[in-house]
Amino acid sequence: MLIQPSVKSQVLYSTFAVTSDIVDLQRDLYDKRKGNMKKSVKPFFSPWRIIFLVVSIIVIACLGTFLLLDGKNIAVLNPQGIIASKEKDLMIFTLMLGMIVIIPVFIMLFAFAWKYREGNTKAKYTPEADGNRLIEITWWAIPLIIIGILSVVTWVSTHDLDPYKKLTSDTKALTIRVVALQWKWLFIYPDQGIATVNEVRFPEDTPVNFEITADAPMSAFWIPNLGTQTYAMNGMTSKLSLEADNVGEYRGSNTNISGEGYAEMDLKAIATTRHDFDLWVKNIAGSSSHLDWAAYEELAQPNKKQPVVYYMLHEPDLYAMIQHKYMDDQTMNTQNSDTMNHEGMN
Amino acid sequence: MSKPRLLDQKFLDYKTSTGFWLYLMTDCVLFGTLFASYIVLHPATAGGPTSSEIFSLPMALTETIILLTSSFTCGLALLALRQNSLRQLIIWLGATYILGVSFLTIELSEFAALVGDGHSWQQSAFLSGFFTLVGTHGLHIFVGLLWLLVMVAVLFKKGITPKLKRQLGLFGLFWHFLDLVWVFIFTVVYLMGAAS
Amino acid sequence: MWGRLSLDALPHDMITIGGVVGGGLALLAGIAAITYFKKWRWLWTNWLTSLDPKKIGVMYLVVATAMLLRGLADAAMMRAQQAVFATGDGSGPISADMFQQVFSAHGTIMIFFVAMGAIFGILNLILPLQLGARDVAFPLLNSISFWLLVAGMVLMNVSLAVGEFSTAGWLAYPPLSELQYSPGTGVDYWIWSLQIAGIGSLLSGINFLATIFTMRRAGMTLMKMPVFAWSVVGSMLLVAFAFPILTATLSMLSLDRTIGTHFFTSDMGGNPMMYVNLIWAWGHPEVYILVLPAFGIFSEIVPVFSKKRLFGYTSMVWALMAITVLSFTVWLHHFFTMGSGANVNAFFGIMTMVIAIPTGVKIFNWLFTMYRGRVKLATPMLWFMGFVVTFTIGGLTGVLMAVPGIDYQVHNSLFLVAHFHNVIIGGVVFGFFAGLAYWWPKFTGFYLHEGLGKAAFWCWLIGFLVAFLPLYVLGFMGAVRRLDSYDASLGWQGLFIVAAVGMMIILLGVLFQITQVGYSIWKRKELRASSDPWDGRTFEWSTSTPIAEYNFASLAPVMYRDDFWEQKHRSRYTKPVGLIEPIRVPKNTGIGVGIGLISAVVGFAIIWHIWWLALAAVIGGIVLVITATLREDTERIIGVDEIVATEKRLRGTK
Repeated sequence: MLIQPSVKSQVLYSTFAVTSDIVDLQRDLYDKRKGNMKKSVKPFFSPWRIIFLVVSIIVIACLGTFLLLDGKNIAVLNPQGIIASKEKDLMIFTLMLGMIVIIPVFIMLFAFAWKYREGNTKAKYTPEADGNRLIEITWWAIPLIIIGILSVVTWVSTHDLDPYKKLTSDTKALTIRVVALQWKWLFIYPDQGIATVNEVRFPEDTPVNFEITADAPMSAFWIPNLGTQTYAMNGMTSKLSLEADNVGEYRGSNTNISGEGYAEMDLKAIATTRHDFDLWVKNIAGSSSHLDWAAYEELAQPNKKQPVVYYMLHEPDLYAMIQHKYMDDQTMNTQNSDTMNHEGMN
Repeated sequence: MSKPRLLDQKFLDYKTSTGFWLYLMTDCVLFGTLFASYIVLHPATAGGPTSSEIFSLPMALTETIILLTSSFTCGLALLALRQNSLRQLIIWLGATYILGVSFLTIELSEFAALVGDGHSWQQSAFLSGFFTLVGTHGLHIFVGLLWLLVMVAVLFKKGITPKLKRQLGLFGLFWHFLDLVWVFIFTVVYLMGAAS
Repeated sequence: MWGRLSLDALPHDMITIGGVVGGGLALLAGIAAITYFKKWRWLWTNWLTSLDPKKIGVMYLVVATAMLLRGLADAAMMRAQQAVFATGDGSGPISADMFQQVFSAHGTIMIFFVAMGAIFGILNLILPLQLGARDVAFPLLNSISFWLLVAGMVLMNVSLAVGEFSTAGWLAYPPLSELQYSPGTGVDYWIWSLQIAGIGSLLSGINFLATIFTMRRAGMTLMKMPVFAWSVVGSMLLVAFAFPILTATLSMLSLDRTIGTHFFTSDMGGNPMMYVNLIWAWGHPEVYILVLPAFGIFSEIVPVFSKKRLFGYTSMVWALMAITVLSFTVWLHHFFTMGSGANVNAFFGIMTMVIAIPTGVKIFNWLFTMYRGRVKLATPMLWFMGFVVTFTIGGLTGVLMAVPGIDYQVHNSLFLVAHFHNVIIGGVVFGFFAGLAYWWPKFTGFYLHEGLGKAAFWCWLIGFLVAFLPLYVLGFMGAVRRLDSYDASLGWQGLFIVAAVGMMIILLGVLFQITQVGYSIWKRKELRASSDPWDGRTFEWSTSTPIAEYNFASLAPVMYRDDFWEQKHRSRYTKPVGLIEPIRVPKNTGIGVGIGLISAVVGFAIIWHIWWLALAAVIGGIVLVITATLREDTERIIGVDEIVATEKRLRGTK
């Protein structure tokens, strides 16, 4: 039920409210003029101390980083293959473009905070200025242009670096089929009739066409020195095309968590001369380890710290059989048409 | 200044229906996700039956007619509410209830038949998608029917109050929304499924 | 009878036992203290059952802070492992399995309970006041949302003591999260914590949207709202559209794990890639849900601490809405390497870059608010500056990763980890701390100690840079995320040690913050603040301190943007007179608590396959909800006399 106060008392109450507001405000303003911030502790860090601190920290950080990184393999910045090389160039280009925005922002932040600080009463003070057509158009336009340029670069580079796109070369490509397991990598060389675990070798200056699947939770195959990583998934084939420019030994790993032994999935990617590669394949031919389906099922059991093993491939359809573990007739058709689409696109 | 806003029934109606429309939008996204999943998983029959093999169009049509009619009776109920006729209101709400129960019965019997034939949600991704999408809709219908029962009980006890008017309006929105979702289910699942 | 629950579910290793015992003792100590001071009734009637958004806001912040401490503990364990034990033979104190639970918990806690909790806390405290309203649109729903978050939190913490937590990361990709590879209860705990908390968030989203659309003060058009309110519009729209996707996806995963469906399994037609799409269709909007309110907080702070109007209000609003819409068009950038083909990857890459444009515009607008202002470098403003520094770096690395060609080399590496911590800590966490320092005096009547605040800020900023900049380098060195061990010969350990030192500096900052709160409470008389200590611009500053339960005695219409500022400083401002009339205030109710409790029981029962308990709890929940809808006596009337007396008491008659 509404209590209806008389009109007079309504006005009285409202005026009362307004009056007390004004009293409140006056008290606030008075406090401010007296500088009630003195109630809190005077800050220890004056601007000069801050600048000194920041500069010395940056110097120490750079020194420290240099010392820590001296002689280490910063793989992504140290490309050993054409794909990684293109990706690094892309990175530097994008970074430079980004600097066009980043550097002014940092300069403005510190310049404005300093020049227009409260204590600097000489600086111009325009408390009501809340818009400027020209400036606003500029800072919508410049990022738009930068992103426009970057978009074109993105479109072109994404198609160029598409993992489904096979690398072209005079040299015949090498096909390697990769199976991500728990917690190791199986490499099947269908044309050479061999298979290896946790070590993949290929000749330099030769396009390597990887076909990648998994018999494990979703994993991802990555050799940072050589470029692009790709997910490895049950019942599906992902494709990746890499090429090593030089002879060398590179590290690879899994980037997508696949269970308890995920961190133990380091692999060695070794690029050799053509001659050494052929020799290596021949040597495995005399090996006693045979990889057939039974041996594979034993290999696929989850284990950590798997040592490198070389096999003679006794089951030429092994990769297809592994993939088909997870496919029924209908899914198989869908997957095949997907991969055909991708190849058709290039 | 006139009456304070928060006492105003009109404002309460506005506030509550705004909130309820927002909720319906979110429910829409929920169903959208289930639809998208169903469509993606539709071909994944894993050696089990395909949609053309298990869907009965006559039965789906029957369900559709029943649900559409129940939307109609719900509309009649809200008209009766507008005319403040308690008797009419309860009759049409009752009709809506009976039609809703019939719908659920037919749907549950379809599910039972499929499961009995060994085509449960465990057989393939397609069936998982089907049971979940249609089942979620059925669950919403069930909640709506429960809501209806509670409101009718309140009607019997207290008659028509402003709060109940508001709730009945929201129920109408809910029921029509479920009807709309069903039309999509009928089209995407049954019609397109039977044709594929 | 008890499903798969057995004594085996209790923890076996010392660290978990230590955590459980420690947490348990803390809980017991709290209970003992409340009992000793006979405060149960007070707690129940004044806080737990309150529908006052100011109280609910404080409770949210308490939950968020508690979970922040747990999340930081997880982070400390991770840094310790990677700096010290990871190069060993795996026999350190933290096993691989435990490490994987720790980082999964860390991510889940930080996003769902710390960040979402902090945001809803601040929204509850500030939004109704800024809009000149007395409450949110649906007070009971508000309480229910809070207790659903608590239920989720309870499940997360129970997983420490009973059973295990997920080892599949904070997003639990299948097939790893399916029964085949994760047969235990871990993933189920993850699912139900999030499902329950997620429904709470969804309901809050609806609630706050309805509040903004229907409960603004007369005269406050949308374009007169504070920018913070606009950021809430954007964020809550994202909640409304994204969280149902999460609900549906978690349900499907849960069905896979309980009744044998095949949505995301490896076999029988299941499609794990679909999960990845769905979870990120929610996941990307989620991060914008977190950061938009932080942007809003800074939009409040920068004008006040520059004593200057916000630059480009309209531009800011458009930028916020553009970010909101665009955030739904970018989700695929989280899995460029899953093999979608060049056209699709390029499209999503370009859309991701496009979001950088409105975000950049906002930063320029803030900077130009400072331009020709009078910048006061108090703690809130320092947090803003720290935000610009860190968030900009994060944004730069984000644009880098938006290019698929670059992402192919840095995806899932520590470069990615550094990027997202950069933007989340720089944006969300710094924004939260800024808001805390800014609004603290309004609710408590005293400042937080400036010196300690500044010390905390510097520790956080420097600590953050020291902890995360090395991670960018490690990413380039080929170090991937979530590693519990690596070969010593790789030369990564030095950088991991640096990162660990950074973590310790951050912890020092947290110590300063805890000290700051305690010290400020102790010295609150010296640190006393008026009801408008910063010469604020928006409506919340026009209230008294402490704020009356009903917020505003009268609901006089407003005329301008930043109406309170105009009231104070515009010459010839005729303040519209507001009528003082009896106010209806929602009565306390335990329904929210009940629903939270029942939800936690439902979650627990389903996790452990105790089906009869789950069914009973669901029925109980339905009964409770029906009871809620049938409540008649829901409001209390505050009469005019009481209002006048309260105003007199709160505003003083000096």
